[in-house]
Order: sequence, then structure tokens, then C-alpha cells
Amino acid sequence: MSGPSATGLRATGLPRWILVPAAVALLFVVVPLLAMVLTVDWAHFPALVTSPASVDALLLSLRTSAASTALCVLFGVPLAVMLARSNFPGLSVIRGFVLLPLVLPPVVGGIALLYTFGRRGLLGQYLDALGIQIAFTTTAVVLAQTFVALPFLVTSLEGALRTAGSRYEDIAATLGARPTTVFRRITLPLVLPGLVSGAVLAFARALGEFGATLTFAGSLQGVTRTLPLEIYLQRETDPDAAVALSLVLIAVAVVIVATVHSRGKDPVR
Amino acid sequence: MSLSVRARVAARDVDVDLEVAEGSIVAVLGPNGAGKSTLLGVVSGLLRPDEGCVELDGRVLTDTATGLAVPPHDRSVVLLAQQALLFPHLTVAGNVEFAPRSAGLGRREARARAAHWLREVDATDLADRRPHELSGGQAQRVALARALAADPHLLLLDEPMSALDVTATPVLRALLRRVLREAGRTALLVTHDPLDVLALADRAVVLENGRIVEDGPARQVLTRPRSAFGARIAGTNLVTGILREDALDTADGLVHGRLDPDCAPGLPAVAVFTPSAVAVYPELPHGSPRNALRVTVAELEARGATVLVRSTTGIAAEITTAALAELDVHPGSTVWFVVKATEVGIHSTAVRSQPRTAHDEHGGETEQVDHPTGDDEER
Repeated sequence: MSGPSATGLRATGLPRWILVPAAVALLFVVVPLLAMVLTVDWAHFPALVTSPASVDALLLSLRTSAASTALCVLFGVPLAVMLARSNFPGLSVIRGFVLLPLVLPPVVGGIALLYTFGRRGLLGQYLDALGIQIAFTTTAVVLAQTFVALPFLVTSLEGALRTAGSRYEDIAATLGARPTTVFRRITLPLVLPGLVSGAVLAFARALGEFGATLTFAGSLQGVTRTLPLEIYLQRETDPDAAVALSLVLIAVAVVIVATVHSRGKDPVR
Repeated sequence: MSLSVRARVAARDVDVDLEVAEGSIVAVLGPNGAGKSTLLGVVSGLLRPDEGCVELDGRVLTDTATGLAVPPHDRSVVLLAQQALLFPHLTVAGNVEFAPRSAGLGRREARARAAHWLREVDATDLADRRPHELSGGQAQRVALARALAADPHLLLLDEPMSALDVTATPVLRALLRRVLREAGRTALLVTHDPLDVLALADRAVVLENGRIVEDGPARQVLTRPRSAFGARIAGTNLVTGILREDALDTADGLVHGRLDPDCAPGLPAVAVFTPSAVAVYPELPHGSPRNALRVTVAELEARGATVLVRSTTGIAAEITTAALAELDVHPGSTVWFVVKATEVGIHSTAVRSQPRTAHDEHGGETEQVDHPTGDDEER
């Protein structure tokens, strides 16, 4: 890495001092991970990560993250297409609202969801009348995760749609394809890499979700206690277990990042 | 009347009125930004005019007066662009099957139709390839097959050959000639190449600044152009001026030539001559030729074995590279352009001040004398 990149720096004329803050930034990310890996109690690692509470939490996390990713795709794809392809006054305002969960503290998102779907919430009171309860159930976990993960899918896909442009869609339309056919046979296949990486990002965000989940869904083992919540709880009583589970979460995240990265380089054109 | 377009697009300052007879191919010429693509956009339905009406085979496709705008997929108007734009995720066969499948044909029928059109464009052996595995010429041939497989009432060809290399262009041109001309298809062809116009079009219109400034049989627009762009595209020199007794008074000096019958003193006219008819001299040659213009050289343009010497006033002289070396001509030097009067045609442009009606009023009498054409039937 050092050889070719060093010549690369000279060739592009980057100032040498830039290496120092760049290295600091890199170390800032790597060192804490390293510190954690070094603390892991490897002798008890298998037992720690296979305890019933841990397995419950991991399975719940994977299940709910998969469900919320599915919801993100189902509703996020149409939203991204609308943002990328239409042009009407107020579009930028809508885009701002879509991005809001990115900058909102998750706890605030959880409170907002509670006042929407909670028993006395805006929609929750009617759902409650029908006998449907959402807050503090697994459904609430999925909704909380979807709320925070949706912007990741929408922005990533919108970017892909804008890059792809509408020239192929125009040609397809003049060839007699109805809008639905164009969407299904041209638009979606062309942005599939963008859709996949967007979905993976959304999954990763859902997997790491903590604040909104705790606020809106609580922490009930096997029902709403996802892996991040389990880690937080274990940290109080059994720091070794927390570190071991953290490592599991890191492993999953690394696999995800690697997937997105290789996807991004895939030349589908 | 197969196609009739009347459109005004304020944002691009385009205001055109064009009619195309069934089975004819009309070349649309004009400088960049003249409104050619806007015209195609309006016809294809991808662009809505501020005001106008598009009618194809008796069916109204666009009418701003009633708010009617048939969507592009329902127009039977297919666009073949400069880039082939083959769908990258489909095979060649999949691309050509796209239109038949979209029209609701079964898989088997669509496949048969695709096979037919791939055969027509000599691309049968490419059927299983992916678009990124094709050369530019191959891709454009496949794009043509894909367009024809839609069985359109009208084909819009937007500089289909401009992105191809020199070997692929003649192949595609011959192919277009075969599948368009011989099948009697109706088409609008935007191009910059006079060879395309001669090979493919019945008629040529010249767009300048969003207006049709010239409209006539293809051969006539190329050989006897009345607009500056018509002359440039044909590689012909066109010098405007005011007629004197027997010569044209231009900014470059007096130009003598063969005068059209309708030329009269005091009226504006153009002198037309080919670059190869122009000889270049460092000094005014002896024997005082009738057409000797003192010009400043603006640029030199290599054209294989010859070089085009272009003056600051836009006149081009075509000389051999050997002659160029002997002359020591370079941009900024002053030389004499000498043209035999017999090589110069002088045409009246008396009514050019109202470009849109100029040809209609003007063309009738003079053009019909020596160029009897079917042009008038279309009006």
C-alpha cells in the first residue's frame, strides 16, 4: 500500500503534511476496534456469544433488520424514484424531510414514533381500538429500525438514479413501453447495484439501531431486546459478554461493508 | 400528409412548421443549437411545446389548444440517437425483442421478430452478445434493428452516424438506405453529413435559430444552397452581396459568375462555388483574372492529401499539401483567392429577409425551370 500510494501522492501534487491528519483519522477508527479485540476473553468467547440471551438478541436483530430492510425497499424505492425523476415545487422540502432521521437523535425518533403508534398516539389510539398494539412489540422494533434506515436507502438509490439518467427510459418509452414496463424492465435493472448497496446500508443501520428501539419498543428479551440493547445491558453486569457480542456485531458490519464495497466496483453497464 | 408538426418552444426559441409526406425522408440540417433536437423531442412526445400541434397519419399526437399530449409510448414514433443506447443489462436479442414484448407479443413471436430484424441489419451472429461487447458500428446496427422491430409509423434519426468511425459510417449509411428507402419508411434525419442527405433524404430543411430557413429537394439544398449553413454542410463556398450589372458586390470584392435568370441589379444574392475551384496565390497573378479576392487566412484544415485554407471571411480554398508547402501560407498571412467565373453560380436571395416564406414565394418559378421536383406537391 505504501509504495504505489506514495508515488500517487507525489504525482497528484498533494501536500505532504496532509498525511498526518489523514493518519490520525484512520487510527481514530482502527485503534478503538483494536483495543476491543485485545480485551476479548477468547477462552470464554464461545460460551459468551452462545448464551440464550445472546442468541435470542442476535436472532431478533437479524429478523427485525431483515424485515425493516424489506419495508425500506418496498416504500423507499418508489420514494427515491419520485425524488429523482419528478420535478415539482416543494420537492426539496420533501427531500429534507426524508433526510431528517439521518440528523435526528434516534431517541427523538423513538419518542416521535411513540406519539404516533403508542396507545394514546395519533394513529395508535385508533389501532388500539381495533385491538392492535404496536408499541413495545417486535413490530415496534421493525418500525423504529425502518424509521432510521429509510434515508440510507432513499439517498443511495436516488443518487444511482440520477447518475443513470433517463436516456434509456426515454428510448424505452419511444419503443412502446408503458411507464410500468419501463420501471420494471429498464429503471430497476439499471440501478440494481445502487439498490443493493442502499439496502445493505439500510440493513446495517437497522442492525445497529439502539435509541429509537429502546424508547419505542423497550427491552424485552426475545421480543424487543436486539443485539445493541443486549450489549448495553450486559455491559452493566458482564463486561466480557458485552465485548464478545460487540465483536460479533463488528464482524457482521465488516461483512456488510465489504459487500457494499465490492458491489460498488461491479461494472454493470 | 403523413406527419405535420407545428411547434413553438419559447425556452429554446424554436418556432417550426414542417410537413413530411408519407414514405419520404426529410433531412434536418442546421448548426448546433438550431433546434433540431427540440424538433425531434416535440415529435417523439418527450418534450411538450408551449404551443403547437403534431399529427401523424391522421392521428393528433399533440395539440396544445386542447391540451392533448399522447405519451411517447403510444405514438409509434421511434428515436434512433447518436449513441446506440442499447439497454446494457439485456443481450442484443433481448434489446431487439424489447419493443415487440412491450407491445404485448408473446415470447416466441417477439423472438421471431427480433431474429428477422437482426438478419435485416446483418447482426444475426451478435444476438447473444452483451452491448458492451459490440463495436460502435455494431451497436448502432442493433439499435436500428431494435427501432425497426417496434414497427414505427415514423423514425426519428438524430445524427445516427456521427459517433461512428470512418469505416462503420458507410456500412450503416448503406444499411439505412436499404431498410428505410427501399421499404418506403417515413423518417426525419438530423445530420451534419451531406453524404447522408444525398444518400438517404428526399428533401432537406435547414434550421437556423429555431426557424426553418431553407426547404427543398435534398440535392438542390446541397448544390444550390441559399442559407449559410446549407453551404457549409455541403462544403461549398457561399458569399453574400448585392448584385451590380454583371457581378456580385461582396465584402471580399466583386465576384463574377453565372447569373440565375431571376438575378437583377440592386438585389441581394449569393455566389456559390466549391473550395476546389479556388486557387491560392501569394501575389496577384498576371493576366488579372476576373475573380481575385484579397483575403486573410484564418485557419488551415487538413483533409487527407489536400488542405482547406479558410479565410477570415469564411471562404475556403482546397489546395494540395505540396502547394501549401510552396506557398508558405499560415494563419494571419494575406493571400489572393482566384476563382474562374465559370465555376461560380450566382443565385438571387431577394426574399430571404422573411426566411420562413422565402422559399415558398421564391422557389416556385426559378427552381422549377431547371429542377422540376415533387417538392410542390407537398405544399
